[in-house]
Amino acid sequence: MREYIRGLKDGIPICLGYISVSFAFGLMAARGGMSLAAAVIISMTNLTSAGQFAGMDIILSNGGLLELALATFIINIRYLLMSLSLSQRVDPKTGTLKRLVMSFGITDEIFALSMQRSGDITFRYFLGIMTLPYIGWSFGTFLGGFASALLPELIRKSLGIAIYAMFIAIIVPPAKKSRPVLNIILIAVAVSAALNIIPVLSGLSGGWKIIISTLAAAGIGAYIYPEKEVRDI
Amino acid sequence: MSTVRLTGAIIIMAVVTYVIRLLPLTFFRRRITNPHIKAFLNFVPYAVLGAMTFPDVFSSTGSTLSALIGTAAAFFLACRGRGLLTVSLVSCAIACAVDIIAGIL
Repeated sequence: MREYIRGLKDGIPICLGYISVSFAFGLMAARGGMSLAAAVIISMTNLTSAGQFAGMDIILSNGGLLELALATFIINIRYLLMSLSLSQRVDPKTGTLKRLVMSFGITDEIFALSMQRSGDITFRYFLGIMTLPYIGWSFGTFLGGFASALLPELIRKSLGIAIYAMFIAIIVPPAKKSRPVLNIILIAVAVSAALNIIPVLSGLSGGWKIIISTLAAAGIGAYIYPEKEVRDI
Repeated sequence: MSTVRLTGAIIIMAVVTYVIRLLPLTFFRRRITNPHIKAFLNFVPYAVLGAMTFPDVFSSTGSTLSALIGTAAAFFLACRGRGLLTVSLVSCAIACAVDIIAGIL
């Protein structure tokens, strides 16, 4: 139980960040003419930001189902990496059913934050850390679709930085302590910025940009710094 | 879009997303021993967060100015070891304040 509560606590900032992002998702869905129920069901069954935004775009523009499947796959393929990375840190005794539940909660933020723990990641901890973000993600979608005029535009817009500020708070402490981590982050940022600036490449979807930047940065890092026990930082 | 098609679309999105997530964690039980692969997987979360944050953070608020100042505030607080929630809420408030002030001026 203590593990679960610790997870719950760690999930609070993610939950708040998710409310603001999913609020925007609900808002966009409402504007595009999608029913509130459909938007909330998408959030409850997908629990992912970029993939849902892209998927909704395709649905609202009456795109094909194959296109939808492909776009979802490409944008979310990064979870394959995260899931593999997580498989190395999960308590080895964790059974299949528990792993199936944990898999559902793998998002960029939940993954990144749970990996900050030292030692094995237990089922209870992971269940805890995914609980509030899941509720926040679903509830935020509902709020955005239901009461799109609830918040003044100014406040709604400034909430957009919440999730990024949280990311900064996650990466700064380990980057201060570890030179390799700092370098990996700098490479990822440089590649990501380049992909946004270079004309031919800037048309790539957000998911692709994350995949390419991650592969480049973690790849170069693995080549230069093999066996760095980053987890202990 | 008809209800049937919409339902199909939602199922496709949910299934594709879930299958990607569950395959490695559920079926890959071996511990990887290769030092390069181990290092690679350890670096993934940092690379993902870096790539997701920049440059997108600069267009995450009402204006580039408020985003820049909000980002600077986040860095300042994170360097001083503040918690995630504090960093997040304070930079929201600062970004909002900057936009309000810029609106008045």
